[in-house]
Amino acid sequence: MSEDRSKSDGQDVRRIMFREALNEALREEMRRDETVFVMGGGIGQRGGSYKVTVGLLDEFGPRRIIDTPISEASFTGAGVGAAITGMRPVVEILFIDFASLIIDQIVNQAAKYRFMSGGRGRVPMVLRTQGGSGNGLAAQHSQSLEAWYYHTPGLKVVMPSTPYDAKGLLKSAIRDNDPVMFIEHKLLYMTEGPVPQDEYTIELGAGDIKRRGNDVTIVAWSNMVLRALSAAEKLAQQGIETEVIDLRTLVPLDKQLILESVKKTEHLVIVQEAVRRGGVASDIASIVQAEAFDFLDAPIEIVAGKNTPIPFNVHLERASVPQEGDIIEAVRKVLHL
Amino acid sequence: MYSREFLEQLYRTLYTIRVFETECIKLYRQGLIIGYFHPYLGEEAIATGVCAALRKDDYIVSTHRGHGHCIARGGELKKMVAEVLGREVGYCRGRGGSMHIADVNIGNIGANGIVGGGIPIGVGAGLGISIRGTDQVVVIFFSDGACNNGVFAESLNLAAIWDLPVIFLLENNQYAVSSPIEEMSRIPDLYRRAEGYGVPAYPVDGNDVLVVYEKTKEAIEACRNGKGPVMIEAKTYRHGGHHVNDPGLYMPRDRLEYYKSKDPVALGRKYLLEKTKCTKQEAAAIEQQVQKAMEEAIEFAKNSPEPSVERFLEEVEQN
Repeated sequence: MSEDRSKSDGQDVRRIMFREALNEALREEMRRDETVFVMGGGIGQRGGSYKVTVGLLDEFGPRRIIDTPISEASFTGAGVGAAITGMRPVVEILFIDFASLIIDQIVNQAAKYRFMSGGRGRVPMVLRTQGGSGNGLAAQHSQSLEAWYYHTPGLKVVMPSTPYDAKGLLKSAIRDNDPVMFIEHKLLYMTEGPVPQDEYTIELGAGDIKRRGNDVTIVAWSNMVLRALSAAEKLAQQGIETEVIDLRTLVPLDKQLILESVKKTEHLVIVQEAVRRGGVASDIASIVQAEAFDFLDAPIEIVAGKNTPIPFNVHLERASVPQEGDIIEAVRKVLHL
Repeated sequence: MYSREFLEQLYRTLYTIRVFETECIKLYRQGLIIGYFHPYLGEEAIATGVCAALRKDDYIVSTHRGHGHCIARGGELKKMVAEVLGREVGYCRGRGGSMHIADVNIGNIGANGIVGGGIPIGVGAGLGISIRGTDQVVVIFFSDGACNNGVFAESLNLAAIWDLPVIFLLENNQYAVSSPIEEMSRIPDLYRRAEGYGVPAYPVDGNDVLVVYEKTKEAIEACRNGKGPVMIEAKTYRHGGHHVNDPGLYMPRDRLEYYKSKDPVALGRKYLLEKTKCTKQEAAAIEQQVQKAMEEAIEFAKNSPEPSVERFLEEVEQN
């Protein structure tokens, strides 16, 4: 587990929004390294649809804060080419749903270049994108597609849940020498949390225990961490102490953190917003049953999105993805309550 | 006026590509090379003419038919043959193969198994140059087939709006795998598409190494002076099918014979003999040197070790 200074009461810690934390990470890395540049649709004067890049154009100018046409495949590919030739691009794809248009450049080009070149070539690129449901944006603007990238060797996959993690992980992602898919959740941009003034980074591949408990382990990432934490509060009132693990990065996966917790609590619930079929949760369950089977007191429960496109109607949308009640129910089930 | 040294170098490159492909096809027939192998036979003048105009710190982006680009850019025969034989000492340690040879150290960003996939990557190399503010240029090799992929249009536009130092080098060999360009595009003069993006474009005889060289030199000058991008359509014709195992029966015999009569390697030899004092014997000596270098490369590759499976599995564990 990494050190987590967000939990200290130091004088230098402020509360800022998730989007502001991302903005600080970009700003600091661009000041630190002149090969870092950012490109995407409407990120310049407009500051991005979720205001993550506000003010960067003024400080760094249009050479390094680049507005793109709606040509996702090609400006992502341009990121790959710039990365191969010595730059550190941060490419923004406004919705992960549009990342379907960049699959060739990510899966066939960025992810494989280092391998195919016998380790001689590198693609130090970050692809920032945004996914998840909850805003009534319907089937083509609400998906959770991390499994596509989790499935592809050669990519790292980061999905933070707090402003503190978002900042530290984005800085590490930019410094990383491999392509990183940095997936933000649209419901998190306005959430607030403590972030130190002083510079810090968070290692890719280090999960974080967001709440300690001895009765049951919940593994989650991105917005589902917040939902798991609120479920854990309710469960505590029922006398059930939940340990909530925030994976923070899916690739590399902090397998040890999960296994240690499961060995302690002997019960595991995995929560993902993405549709259940072919999802990351199933893969984690298979790892845990293979490596900690004898420690498990009950079958692993997976709480996941339904196998459906995200509906527009708010009631249907809510019914498609895990809610607090679903998590509570799953925890009680693994505990045979 | 061209120096003898320059024309000798052009001919040496043309002939090296010809010999590399011819000898590798033999190795393929012997079962020593497996998988896909896309020969550049008949198109040698394009890579040779283009790369002769480049500086060491410039970049190229190659295609699935990329051996010629790699050789013309200064690739090492030993490492190339070792790679197409899948050996550890090959360019990609046997992990890439014919379609994925890259060497960033000599400015070769690499071949690509996806038709059109390299075009935006080349634009990105140009974007990096533009951000750094140097006067390097990028040549993106791509094919008539790639012109009908969406990234071609997108990339041409990106390079245009950002004024990037990128030369779109279209190798129009008139077939997308087996589909003739007349059936795949209403306007077979593909360079005309560039006008709609505000990019100056020129058709050239892709079988004439000096014509290719001169037009590329002009384009490079425009790019170094901040007037890029430029598109060049080099018209040519394959001497065979799409890959080694494609007999190319769909290629009309008379057309094939016409283009073979305009053989780019023979033309390069003619230039050398007519424009300099180089004798036939001296040209033959160049040919013998190339042939010998290729034989040595083949011996080197054949005698080099296969990649270690154990080491590969250890590397995989770290992913």
